[in-house]
Amino acid sequence: MTRPGLMNERLMALFLLGLLLFGPPLMGAFDRPAIALGIPVLYLYLFLAWLCLIVFSALAIEGGAQTPSGAEPEDLDRAFEDEG
Amino acid sequence: MLQGWIIVLVSLAYLCFLFAIASYGDRRADQGRSLIANPYIYALSIAVYCTSWTFYGSVGRAASSGVGFLPIYLGPTLMFICGWFVLRKIIRISKVNKITSIADFIASRYGKSPLLGGLVAVIAVIGIMPYISLQLKAISTSFSVLVQYPEIVMPQDLGSAPLLQDTALYAALIMAAFSVLFGTRHIDASEHHEGMVAAIAFESVVKLLAFLAVGVFVTFLVYDGFGDVFSQAAAVPALTRLFSIEAAGGYGSWISLMILAMAAIICLPRQFQVAVVENVDERHLRKAVWLFPLYLFLINIFVLPIAFGGLLLFPDGGVDADTFVLTLPMAERQEGLALFVFIGGLSAATGMIIVATIAISTMVSNDLVMPVLLRVGRLHLSEREDLTGLLLAIRRGTILIVLLLGYLYARLIGESYALVTIGLVSFAAAAQFCPAIIGGIFWKGASRAGAAAGMSAGFLVWAYTLLLPSFARSGWLPAAFLEEGPFGIDLLKPYELFGLTGLDPISHALFWSMFANIGLLVGVSLLTRQSLVERAQAVLFVDVFRRTEDQARIWRATASVRDLQGLLARFVGQQRASSAFSRYARRHGQKLDVQAPADTALVRFTERQLAGAIGAASARIMVASVVKEELLDIDQVMAILDEASQVIEYSRRLEEKSAQLEATSRELRAANERLKDLDRMKDDFVSTVSHELRTPLTSIRSFSEILFDNPDLDADQKKEFLKIVISESERLTRLINDVLDMAKMEADQLDWYMAETDARAVIDQALAATHSLLQRDRPIALETDLPTRLPSVHADADRLTQVIVNLLSNAVKFCDPERGRIGITAGLRDGLLQVEVWDNGPGVPEADQERIFEKFQQAGHILTDKPQGTGLGLPICRQIIKHFGGTIWVESVPGRGARFSFTVPLAEAGEAAVSASAE
Repeated sequence: MTRPGLMNERLMALFLLGLLLFGPPLMGAFDRPAIALGIPVLYLYLFLAWLCLIVFSALAIEGGAQTPSGAEPEDLDRAFEDEG
Repeated sequence: MLQGWIIVLVSLAYLCFLFAIASYGDRRADQGRSLIANPYIYALSIAVYCTSWTFYGSVGRAASSGVGFLPIYLGPTLMFICGWFVLRKIIRISKVNKITSIADFIASRYGKSPLLGGLVAVIAVIGIMPYISLQLKAISTSFSVLVQYPEIVMPQDLGSAPLLQDTALYAALIMAAFSVLFGTRHIDASEHHEGMVAAIAFESVVKLLAFLAVGVFVTFLVYDGFGDVFSQAAAVPALTRLFSIEAAGGYGSWISLMILAMAAIICLPRQFQVAVVENVDERHLRKAVWLFPLYLFLINIFVLPIAFGGLLLFPDGGVDADTFVLTLPMAERQEGLALFVFIGGLSAATGMIIVATIAISTMVSNDLVMPVLLRVGRLHLSEREDLTGLLLAIRRGTILIVLLLGYLYARLIGESYALVTIGLVSFAAAAQFCPAIIGGIFWKGASRAGAAAGMSAGFLVWAYTLLLPSFARSGWLPAAFLEEGPFGIDLLKPYELFGLTGLDPISHALFWSMFANIGLLVGVSLLTRQSLVERAQAVLFVDVFRRTEDQARIWRATASVRDLQGLLARFVGQQRASSAFSRYARRHGQKLDVQAPADTALVRFTERQLAGAIGAASARIMVASVVKEELLDIDQVMAILDEASQVIEYSRRLEEKSAQLEATSRELRAANERLKDLDRMKDDFVSTVSHELRTPLTSIRSFSEILFDNPDLDADQKKEFLKIVISESERLTRLINDVLDMAKMEADQLDWYMAETDARAVIDQALAATHSLLQRDRPIALETDLPTRLPSVHADADRLTQVIVNLLSNAVKFCDPERGRIGITAGLRDGLLQVEVWDNGPGVPEADQERIFEKFQQAGHILTDKPQGTGLGLPICRQIIKHFGGTIWVESVPGRGARFSFTVPLAEAGEAAVSASAE
């Protein structure tokens, strides 16, 4: 990762993607009484979409972790400093 | 064979093990080697979200609505993905402000308002109580199902147990004991319960493993994998209905459940407790963002297979789907697995109960009871020495009361509801905090009045549309309340408020409560003005990443260090207080003098420490009571600034004044010096004048006496004496005239008649006036060397005449006695008229050439030489010439006469004439 803000943008994109995946028009496409791989399509779709979302957000956030945005740990220290 | 006592024993052993973990966690925390300081424990502790409602209820809901259980977990997944923006901000804010609960957070955001804190606490207690009762119900139900092993009998078929044999009551009491032990062992300024968090994380592992175990057992051992379960279900027409979104109540319910769950993952007091308050390091959130959704994913994978397995195995509907997780292993005679599942369910329930009651007790004591007690002046609480005991007692009492209320709710109402519905009622209550929180951290304009109005309205709508109907369903209120609306008013039917139909009760309640909540929050915020504290807090919260320091407030404090330490000690104990203060002193590198007045930073430090123990609103009241501080509003600050700038202005003016005064006094001193000089000169003058006057007077008197005493003097002698008397009198007159002239000139009181004057005429007039002198005793030769025409000068003719006469008479007086010769010349030199008068007398010695122009100074020795004039002639001449703007001087070689010269500026017409003649 190069850009510190990139992780934020990716997470925001994933969030919006999640809203899309788990919302009416797209879900409707899978809302039929068919079975794929032995599993009802709607179930399969929802769980796969869910898993993808989790995997991608893990990639987005852990990928970003290698170069954490520079100011962050310092900010944190400052925030803790005032504590008792 | 599973005996009841075995189940109880295993359960108690499990709880004891939990307590061991908790106390180990606490010990490690005290040693500074935190057990929970890693992101995995953090993510697991957040999984307290999965209660017995998830453990048992998800399958129940799936059995009736297919994917209808999923939004409860998809919502939090989405919220956690965007938790990097929302949750991280809340965590940061809470760390900076030492937030101890969700009530504290909201109160703190809206100007540390005790009112809002109390409101949140009330909503939380009422809203969460059903949820707690649900957990108790789950424990007692699962116990009574399990205890029938190997028979599968539903609890409702057994009839209601008498109070003393009701497992739920004992569960409530045991849970109360555990919560008290976990959560209120001592008052910690940071309000961290590390041991509890460790235990919760462990419970999350247990419930996940238990659920996965039963899932794997059902899916792969009872059936032959996912495909087998679903294909068998697909063969049953009644079950294929569940494959569709329709079974979940359509998109309306789907979306509203998702929104509800998104709100709940932040706003449920227990979620706020573990995710925000118990967070030890903000960076842990980074892993939790995906670990927690992953946990949710894993615990839900087998929900559908278990649900369908149960439906296929118990097709007659005699077994409650909420118990499938437990009854499936029982039906397959897996008593070990069934016991494990029971423990898993127990984990899910106890985890929720412990965290929720601790969170609520903190809220109730810090934001509801303490502010009230502190304000009741009669109790003199703010003067009590040690309040830690009271604080702990309040919290323990709260835990017990909340659990007993939960039990009461479960016993009286719970039977009429499925698990999921009760849980959703609580979710909807907690969601009422959401607008105030989200609005509060992203919108500075959200005001206290708006938040209070929104939350109360939302809460009232929630109570009307969800809580009261639950009473009605259980028979506490007439059923007509639901069917026909109160007093038969159709528009007020709780499930179809204002005629809104087509929504399930939860979505309906969510819509109306959010409509009221958000609407009032925004509307009232836009219409009211924020107070200064609110404004300051709003900026602190919204801009938390920009400014983590608490700089917005200015304290004008008048408390000593000892006062503050005493105050802190009353709430967190003497030892903790003194260690906090010594830490503060160490970090700031200053020695705290207990007598010294506390500075602003220390006051704020104390307030933050106190806030950790009793909440921001109470802390503020307490600190204010000790410090007698004034929280300065902007007007006062401006007044202070005004004052300061005025002082600066004054001092600037004072400096100017003093500089002026110095200058003036310097001038005055100088003037004084001059006055003294003048005074001395006057004295000299007077004495000299007296002397000068006495000389002729003496002579006049002597000769007059001789004449008087000797009447027989001969006529010649008489005549000579009288002549002397006359000449001396003349001299006296002249002297007096000169003195008067001199005095007038020096006082600048002389009238000058400056005009264009014909120099030649003046010289002629002077010559005429002195003509008689030349003839008097001896002949004196006068040589005149004057051009026929001289340019006119700017002068007073009479005075100019006086000067020339004076010089001429001096020349006559001092010229050679035998062959006296004097002369006068005039001419232009350097654009000035220069007049010279010379004589052939003894001349003026070099040393006297300047002195003779001073008053009463004459050339020659005063004592030996008889004075020849008044001694004022030349000074008068100099004064006059100076007044005209010219100069007068003398050139002389002793023994060869003297030459007096003066210059006078030409008149303008004269100048013109000169320049014309020059051309």
